[in-house]
Amino acid sequence: MSVRVSIQAEDFDPAAEVAALTQDRADIGAVATFTGLVRGDDGLLAMTLEHYPGMTEREIAVHVAEAESRWPLSGVTIVHRVGTLKPGERIVLVAAASSHRAAAFAACEFLMDYLKTRAPFWKLERRGEGAVWVEARPSDDDAAGRWR
Amino acid sequence: MKLLYFAWVRQKMGKGEEEIALPPGVKTARDLASHLAAMGDGHADAFADLKRLRVAINQEHANWDAAVGADDEIAFFPPVTGG
Repeated sequence: MSVRVSIQAEDFDPAAEVAALTQDRADIGAVATFTGLVRGDDGLLAMTLEHYPGMTEREIAVHVAEAESRWPLSGVTIVHRVGTLKPGERIVLVAAASSHRAAAFAACEFLMDYLKTRAPFWKLERRGEGAVWVEARPSDDDAAGRWR
Repeated sequence: MKLLYFAWVRQKMGKGEEEIALPPGVKTARDLASHLAAMGDGHADAFADLKRLRVAINQEHANWDAAVGADDEIAFFPPVTGG
């Protein structure tokens, strides 16, 4: 299985990532992708993402390996941005490739649920009055809990 | 041991990382948090409620009763909010 994981400040191109994931492969019949964007609700001006270098890559690798053990995957690409982003900007991409769609859909959702609840990223939201750290949501834990 | 702090824990501690010697009597992550909480104002504030904190030992999620040693990298942070 091909695996690409990138933690980066720069923007990414979802179409280019999918093209790279499937290049020179005739065995892939399905690619499911999820792109997360900064939602500009309640007057959000900017969001700053911080992470724990080293643990982030390690934690993602653990969950990519688990996804591979659960579904017949051909490849996975995960790109997560860090630094300061504005409303409408892309934050995260998960792309899962397989021979058939069921595995691609499931693995994409599984990886996204675990990124949200296990990968060491934190969001600081800036609005007019100041900056506030985003609180973890129990619904995200519930979503990840479905896979146990 | 190497200590790392992230998000609001880093802000309250006033630093992102530090090296300390394993304090006498500290055997678990919980012991270490109690030791750090007793070290000053920002420290007490950061470690006031362990239910709001998470700990990782050598870059793996851990629980408060996990053992810590002199050569470990211990990170304290709020529940994660990426994705």
